[in-house]
Amino acid sequence: MKETKLADSSDWEMQMTVEDLTPLLRQRKWGQRSLRTRKQNLVAFVFLLPWLGGLLIFTVGPMLASLYYSFTSYDLLSAPQWVGLDNYVRMFTQDDRYLTALKVTFLYVFISVPLKLAFSLLLAVVLSKGLRAVGLYRAVYYVPSLLGGSVAIAILWRQIFGLDGIVNQGLGLLGVNGQDSWISMPNTAMLTLVLLAVWQFGSPMLIFIAGLKQIPSELNDSAQVDGAGRLRRFFQITLPLLTPLIFFNLVLQMIGSFQVFTSALIVTNGGPADATLFYTLYLYQQGFGNYQMGYAAAMAWVLMAIVMIFTALIFLTSRYWVFYQDGRI
Amino acid sequence: MREEAVEMVRVPQSVSVSFFPANWWSRLLTHIVLVVGGLLMLYPALWMLSASFKPSDEIFSDPGLWPKTFTLDNYVNGWNGLDTAFGTFFLNSFIVCALVVIGNVLSCSLAAYAFARLQFTLRRFLFAIMLGTIMLPGSILIVPQYILFKSLGWLNTFLPLTIPKFLGTDAFFIFLLVQFIRTIPVELDDSARIDGCGPFQLYWRIIMPLALPALATTAIFSFLTTWGDFFSQLIYLNDQSVYTVAVALRTFVDSTGTSDYGAVFAMGVLSLIPILAIFLIFQKLLIEGIATTGLKG
Repeated sequence: MKETKLADSSDWEMQMTVEDLTPLLRQRKWGQRSLRTRKQNLVAFVFLLPWLGGLLIFTVGPMLASLYYSFTSYDLLSAPQWVGLDNYVRMFTQDDRYLTALKVTFLYVFISVPLKLAFSLLLAVVLSKGLRAVGLYRAVYYVPSLLGGSVAIAILWRQIFGLDGIVNQGLGLLGVNGQDSWISMPNTAMLTLVLLAVWQFGSPMLIFIAGLKQIPSELNDSAQVDGAGRLRRFFQITLPLLTPLIFFNLVLQMIGSFQVFTSALIVTNGGPADATLFYTLYLYQQGFGNYQMGYAAAMAWVLMAIVMIFTALIFLTSRYWVFYQDGRI
Repeated sequence: MREEAVEMVRVPQSVSVSFFPANWWSRLLTHIVLVVGGLLMLYPALWMLSASFKPSDEIFSDPGLWPKTFTLDNYVNGWNGLDTAFGTFFLNSFIVCALVVIGNVLSCSLAAYAFARLQFTLRRFLFAIMLGTIMLPGSILIVPQYILFKSLGWLNTFLPLTIPKFLGTDAFFIFLLVQFIRTIPVELDDSARIDGCGPFQLYWRIIMPLALPALATTAIFSFLTTWGDFFSQLIYLNDQSVYTVAVALRTFVDSTGTSDYGAVFAMGVLSLIPILAIFLIFQKLLIEGIATTGLKG
């Protein structure tokens, strides 16, 4: 209760001057803290309380719980039973569908992310010119990315590439008879989902456009004066200067792609023959279809490890391919 | 050499980076390619709009964009396609979105103010933790959160979708707001403090009004991601009376199968209208939000 009184706002103007901060930083033990520090901490604590509560209740707590569940067999009805590493062992040695899920997810990420980034970069370069109606073009190319993650578009995709869908109708008009639904064949099913992902290149494109605007025009001008052609200027000036954003988009898109769910559930439901059984979809089936919560929790931890490894790899290699203008490497 | 000399004279035109020479023909070509590409990009969505006005047999026979027979039956059938009318689902989605927007704006701005303006023990450490939670893949939390909410008896309510947002779980917006608040001059705080403002008044009367653009970005993206969210709504809402539009659409397409695509498309089109409306109204904020922070629209 004492602290509450001390946090009286009339003292507040005393608290935040710069001179105060230096000694504060040196203090280590609770006993040595000045009253002012405690007051500051109390005020900050009040502001941070909702977030801290959420962090403990909805993030840290569940993560620890999830780690525990991953070592148990738990069907939500009876109490969790400790099984040690069984879930993890089962994943990699007994569960063929899990390995398939892993394989198709990697395939999806490795195909869709580079394609998406390539398209977004290409369009960003074209749309960062001073073209007439460039704002409209940007909006048009961005809209699919706004809508693409929705259930409605996933349903649309299912029809478009279905047996009687507009793709086969269009092919029919060209004299080619589509005999099969694109979704019912393993190779083309994956293709339709990759297409759906690539179709949404709009948001990385906007990020690239913003980056292109930041590139000082003097660099290009002087290179041009020195006789560098357009392609050369692109590869030697523009592209290196964009690498921080390529890096940023790559991390963002990779993390998102590993967790793709809506399109796989609605367009293909993992089929045919598990050809599009993406990781999160399989996790959903195991956890919320078969109520194998322990197994699903273990799968989630492995996914987290995979995403972290890839993020770390991108970060570690970034020093070799990401360039910062201010000389930082 | 002469060409280069000519180009040098015209430097202002070739300031921006481009593959193409800045002459008339190549600009026309660029426009043609962009228009064709743009139509191709929009074609699926436009076709869905058109199909929602077509009778079922035409949907499966005509890839064209203009309905030969124009009908509103799809909308009527779709609206009442499930036991509960779609009006309820739209209302549910709006309620969830409104609560998430309010929750995110309040909780994230409180935390952001502390990180941006206050000095306290463990500030750097907590800030690093906050950044770490942004990177956390959401799927890691799904299983334990489901178990938690189930044990609280929160299934089939909006609580699992909204209460966490009042506790700042969308840490990305905290980061966004911290970055913005840091750009507000500290002198404003100082003078307000001399006028007798305490930290809470400072937050509410000075920082919040000045951070309005960033708060608007937070609100817009909270709305968009919640409206577009499917996974958590699918897991927590199993009773038709609490379905959101996304979950209802999925149930609808599974129950009708391919028999009544028109009605499904009609409801799909309606489900996209709020997103498009937000885009049209807040286009500038939205595009800035993505361009500067990488928020997913």
